[in-house]
Amino acid sequence: MLNEYLAVLLFLLVGAGIGVAVLLLGHLMSRRDPDPDKLRPYECGFEAFDDARMKFDVRYYLVVILFVLFDLEVAFLFPWAVALEEVGAYGLISMAVFLLILAVGFAFEWRRGALEWD
Amino acid sequence: MPDWMTDLSVWLRVGEILLGAMVILLPLLAVVAYYTYAERKIVGFIQMRLGPSRVGPRGLFQPIADVLKLLTKEVVLPAQASRGLFLLAPLAALVPALGAWAVVPFDDGLWLANIDAGLLYVLALTSLGAYGIIIAGWASNSKYALLGAMRQAAQVVSYEIAMGFALVGVLMLSGSLNLAAIVQAQSGGILDWFFLPLLPLLLVYLVSGVAETNRLPFDVVEGESELVAGFHVEYSGSAFAVFFLAEYSAMILISALTATLFFGGWLSPLEGTQIAQAVPVLDSGIHWWLLKTAFFMFCFLWFRGTFPRYRYDQIMRLGWKVFIPVTLIWIFVLGAARYAGFTG
Repeated sequence: MLNEYLAVLLFLLVGAGIGVAVLLLGHLMSRRDPDPDKLRPYECGFEAFDDARMKFDVRYYLVVILFVLFDLEVAFLFPWAVALEEVGAYGLISMAVFLLILAVGFAFEWRRGALEWD
Repeated sequence: MPDWMTDLSVWLRVGEILLGAMVILLPLLAVVAYYTYAERKIVGFIQMRLGPSRVGPRGLFQPIADVLKLLTKEVVLPAQASRGLFLLAPLAALVPALGAWAVVPFDDGLWLANIDAGLLYVLALTSLGAYGIIIAGWASNSKYALLGAMRQAAQVVSYEIAMGFALVGVLMLSGSLNLAAIVQAQSGGILDWFFLPLLPLLLVYLVSGVAETNRLPFDVVEGESELVAGFHVEYSGSAFAVFFLAEYSAMILISALTATLFFGGWLSPLEGTQIAQAVPVLDSGIHWWLLKTAFFMFCFLWFRGTFPRYRYDQIMRLGWKVFIPVTLIWIFVLGAARYAGFTG
């Protein structure tokens, strides 16, 4: 079994190697001719008037928090779905109750407008 | 020196794996190159144009010319960018997009690694691809790039959930995370493939796949009419080429996974019938996998040529208010069906 995971690890390394090779090849084959105007961030031809790393909307945080919640839910569902044969009616009903509780939370977020983007 | 370092069989195995990785990755790169050609031709024909037609017969050498152009162009490192992160970002996008191919089964017994957590591994890697884009947007220190990366983060995160739920449906029917076992669970002909009992989940998965790879109509991350090029606005030459490779291999991966998870992978639709036994081409084999994958690859281009771009708030609404409820309800339905005695 470890054998198989070794294959995955080596495959990832080969993938990274291809990426590095493309970058290196580009480095070797292209010429470099920097000048200050070329190295400025692109802003439709205007001079950049402030730093690009600006404040952004708090809604992004909200979405990410909701994501953590739901992704955990998915993580719970994965082993449950694989073992569906073994857990039987008890497992099925437990998961239904768990999902119902989360669905109530989801409905609450929806009603409170956490999912609105405008 | 530890024992395993002098053991010849270990090194033979390593060589075998490296060879296998090359046998998968090099054709994949060639397919990516010609996928771009197919894209320009197909979108061209949809719009009543010819597409590339100058380089070679029918423009067939266009991808080669493109590769040479990208490699010989200057890689501009913006003065205000974080140099290390700026160069790391394309790699962070490419490695997951290529890495997931390690566990894809092409035919019965034809795979590089057959791990039991296959689907979990694929889900993890497809999510990691977002990091490349977020790092690129931050490291570029450019407003367009940062806006693109912010949109990307929220979009991928939203569709990730729907995608995960859709996969739960597949797991409920197959009872295994092993991709080869999932294909084998669909054996018995076209009516036993998972797309029938999982039809709503298939649609959610396919659309989420388009959203996760930032393809039209969900390409607000790089939408050229809004953000010029979004997260890769500051990238040029070979650094841009790596992002390009990552995006296209991710599209091919989603196509391959749709074929594997919902459409029986290498299985023939006529499997088990007398026709399939009489005509070898109609029996299961890698050609069915290729055909199904090619069809979904075509769908990506078809969507691009057909749908106008969504507005950002529409994308978020579709992900949260349509896909998540639909998948949740379908998981309930599947569970109830299982309880009532239908085996799906």
